[in-house]
Amino acid sequence: MNFQLRIWRQPNRKSPGKLVDYEVRDISPNTSFLEMLDILNENLLRAGKEPIAFDSDCREGICGTCSLTVNGEAHGPDHPGAVCELYMRKFRDGATITVEPFRVGSFPIVKDLVIDRSALDRIVQAGGFISARAGSAPEANSVTVPKHHADLAMEAAACIGCGACAAACPNGSAMLFTSAKVSHLALLPQGHPERESRVLKMVQVMDAEGFGNCTNTYECEAVCPAEISASFIAKLNREYARARFRRSMGE
Amino acid sequence: MIVAITGIILILFVIGHLLGNLQIFIGPDWINGYSQHLRDLGPLLWAVRLFLLAAVIIHIWVTIQLAIENRRARPEAYMDKQYVKATFASRHMVMSGLIVLVFIIYHLAHFTVRVTDNRFTLLRADPLGHYDVYSMMVYGFQNYLVSGFYVLGLFLLALHLSHGSSSFFQSLGLNDKKLTPRLALGGRIFTWLLFAGYTSIPVAILLGLIKPAQQL
Repeated sequence: MNFQLRIWRQPNRKSPGKLVDYEVRDISPNTSFLEMLDILNENLLRAGKEPIAFDSDCREGICGTCSLTVNGEAHGPDHPGAVCELYMRKFRDGATITVEPFRVGSFPIVKDLVIDRSALDRIVQAGGFISARAGSAPEANSVTVPKHHADLAMEAAACIGCGACAAACPNGSAMLFTSAKVSHLALLPQGHPERESRVLKMVQVMDAEGFGNCTNTYECEAVCPAEISASFIAKLNREYARARFRRSMGE
Repeated sequence: MIVAITGIILILFVIGHLLGNLQIFIGPDWINGYSQHLRDLGPLLWAVRLFLLAAVIIHIWVTIQLAIENRRARPEAYMDKQYVKATFASRHMVMSGLIVLVFIIYHLAHFTVRVTDNRFTLLRADPLGHYDVYSMMVYGFQNYLVSGFYVLGLFLLALHLSHGSSSFFQSLGLNDKKLTPRLALGGRIFTWLLFAGYTSIPVAILLGLIKPAQQL
């Protein structure tokens, strides 16, 4: 298969970027999108040109490192799945494909398609953890968790932190990410001692990082490679209201 | 959450206002008596008006602030952007809302303050001694431009509510795998019924089905 590519090139954070046209030929339909970019980079290196910088790590959809907007969709047109799980057979032979980074003000472009997502790390650092007591584990049956809560917590914990939710959101909001982290811990007994302070701090840092606000368009859940449901955003709204209410009552 | 609560207040008003207006189909005595009844409420009517005005101002003030934050959150736009799930209505709430605001201001000047059409001052009281709202509406809507802007304003209100009338459940924290799609569908059906109800009035007047109760 042959493809016309329009790829965002930007030398660094400060310099302006632009779309540059490339062509790749004789690509197997079973090549992954990232392997196709590897082939293009090898061609560029052979021609003595600067290869295209892009992020990837596990290439099996579990690490959340890859972050491309393909034809205007975060992680490309094959939902649900990260862009490393996108295959060239998904495209028409001879198609023109536009590749851009995730565009969110809080994810500054490092180079070409590589972005800095440390804003998400700072949200987690604000409270997305459990201050566990050190020592031996308690007897397993002494901590009971309803099956429904365990299942929901597991669904929320599936978030790989790729940032596609914020990239796809018309408002650049990271509420799906934050809601998954808040819900995951709020649903389990180990997370309860810090339940209120966690949601208040994480939302505060999320706003301070400059992310937008949720207007319930549900674009985030449509592109999420981990299929996190926007119902967790409703849960975040509940958790936040609950925490604010309890704080105002002097707890 | 503030947007959701003020939105619910305004939706309730829109339902009540439609039920009041539809009395035009029953006849002049009904709607003229109803409007007299509202005016007789005196201070209570003003309390409700101020309450609604406060809801409108808060709803707009907060959403404009949020919209500015949202614009800032993506300083550099995508060269190419495809939406997978977000509807046109959900992505253009500010645009539809602001046009509806312009419409509401015109609508109040037209039928409440009555400064845009000087024929309304010529209307005589109806046989029961009430202000003839019935004939005022008929003369008002007989103008194609007025009716056209009214239908356009309501179309944008319907677009706004086709997202807003179910979106507030999510903002208030209610989301359920079975319930939410039903609420979204129910919200859309509710919204377009509202649109049909409101536009039936100028349409009936322009078709000549409703004639003025008095000649000017």
